[in-house]
Amino acid sequence: MEDLLTNVDWGEIGGASWDTLVMVGASLFFSVLFGLPLGVLLFLTGKRQLLEQPVAYAVLSFVVNVLRSVPFIILLIVMIPFTVMLIGTSLGVAGAIPPLVAGGAPFFARLVETSLREVDRGIIEATQAMGATVRQVIFGALLPEAMPGIIAGITVTAITLVSYAAMSGVIGGGGLGDLAIRFGYQRFQTDVMVITVALLVIFVQILQMVGDRLVLYFSRR
Amino acid sequence: MIEFDQVHKAYEVEGRAIPALQPTSLAIENGEVFGIVGHSGAGKSTLVRLINLLERPSGGRIVIDGEDVTGYDSKDLRDFRRKVGMIFQHFNLLSSKTVEDNIAFPMKLAGIYSRDEIRTRVAELLERVGLTHHARKFPSQLSGGQKQRVGIARALACRPTILLCDEATSALDPQTTQSVLRLLGDLNRELKLTIVLITHEMDVVRRVCDRVAVMDAGDVVEMGPVTDVFLHPKHATTRDFVFESEHVDEQEMEANFEKAEGRILRLTFRGESTYKPLLGSVARQTGVDFSILSGRIDRIKDTPYGQLTLSLVGGDLPAAQAALEAADVHVEVVR
Ligand SMILES: Nc1ncnc2c1ncn2[C@@H]1O[C@H](COP(=O)(O)OP(=O)(O)OP(=O)(O)O)[C@@H](O)[C@H]1O
Ligand SMILES: [Mg+2]
Repeated sequence: MEDLLTNVDWGEIGGASWDTLVMVGASLFFSVLFGLPLGVLLFLTGKRQLLEQPVAYAVLSFVVNVLRSVPFIILLIVMIPFTVMLIGTSLGVAGAIPPLVAGGAPFFARLVETSLREVDRGIIEATQAMGATVRQVIFGALLPEAMPGIIAGITVTAITLVSYAAMSGVIGGGGLGDLAIRFGYQRFQTDVMVITVALLVIFVQILQMVGDRLVLYFSRR
Repeated sequence: MIEFDQVHKAYEVEGRAIPALQPTSLAIENGEVFGIVGHSGAGKSTLVRLINLLERPSGGRIVIDGEDVTGYDSKDLRDFRRKVGMIFQHFNLLSSKTVEDNIAFPMKLAGIYSRDEIRTRVAELLERVGLTHHARKFPSQLSGGQKQRVGIARALACRPTILLCDEATSALDPQTTQSVLRLLGDLNRELKLTIVLITHEMDVVRRVCDRVAVMDAGDVVEMGPVTDVFLHPKHATTRDFVFESEHVDEQEMEANFEKAEGRILRLTFRGESTYKPLLGSVARQTGVDFSILSGRIDRIKDTPYGQLTLSLVGGDLPAAQAALEAADVHVEVVR
């Protein structure tokens, strides 16, 4: 066993895993923080919805589409000056978070919009017929009803962020991806590569499992 | 009272106006059960959704208890909507809330009830609709009939004076339909609740409604007390509905008339006259012979009625006809 994994420095692996965890956790937090209201706004301003606003919808939708259509690797590079301006560095764990959020938030916003659209119109109508304000419709009916979809969206976003976070190793982002590129790729240490990939797979599995459990818990259908 | 004064509605679809309700005037009295029937797309839902302004009218005035509601600002409108409950074909319960939370929901939205008030009211409503033991369940764990009972309890939570029902029994089996209708009838009597009820089944109208409007292509084509509309339908659409509900095939009926001799009369008995031994005595007195071609004895809400189609031969026909008319029987000469 030891012979097979000669190049593996477990301390380094542990640190990199922790970095990945932090990057994914923090960027997921901010992606949800920005993506959720953005998704709700996209939904509300959409065609035949509560606050139909064709112009606002077109603008929001365009911004989201642009961010989503730029390949993440390009987004990483394009974001560098902005990231430096925002937090002083584009390197390490902290430097990876702004591009991760820029990629994650619009992605999550679309998922939120979709899950809100799946809420039965009749429920919105019934709530309005009870004399609810738009605010009450959103917080009292729409979000609770869409909760399983939103949780599933958070899971998918988290998993996407794991792969994005790994990619950020290319520009010195830190974490398991960084390790894989520095040792596994540049120094041909296949054993390091295998371990990092295995850890990423395990990480994704755990996320999916927890996400599925939560979705199940929140869906009473 | 719900009054429509030349109310019309057209939906805006891609810049074009699609008319859904032609200018309509009607008045629905407090405490009455008012039915609306019509084929799909006739404008029934549109009419009902105008009452609580889920749809804005394209023109005309909607006056509820003397107040023009079309001019309400959003605050007044929300308060008004609390006085109008609504139930739906697909129940529209919140799947994420328990039965009791669904019922409490409109009270919480209103923001004027204390927790205690809400708890007491919910318990009272659960009891009223017979779901006390299901309070903690989620809608997905209930049958269709139970879901509609939750819908009814929820609609009643803020003590409305009007209840709108958009095909509330269309997704239910006949037995469940009957029990839901009975509940609606009881609520109408106990609470003096005005009920506006859309259905495509004449049977539902027959069982619970006082008056009925028949709609066709955005127009109210016939309106009146259920007994009148039911027993003497005038418009083709109404006749379709009535015949369909009585399982009468118009062509087959006419074919039967071909075979019969003499005069053909359709007699309509209402109320007490339904049970009088009239035909025999008229036949004896006037010497006519009769045979029954078709017939039906039933009830419309609380009124018993009978409708018989007879062929009469021999004897003193005019005298027989006069005797029937004198006995409070509506006589229609078919041939
Ligand atoms: N939101 C809408 N936008 C555009 N057209 C509509 C809208 N709602 C209804 N309509 C149209 O208005 C007409 C009347 O519809 P309405 O829903 O009132 O009919 P209905 O009698 O309730 O039919 P059903 O028995 O199928 O429920 C139909 O032609 C329908 O296509
Ligand atoms: Mg309808």
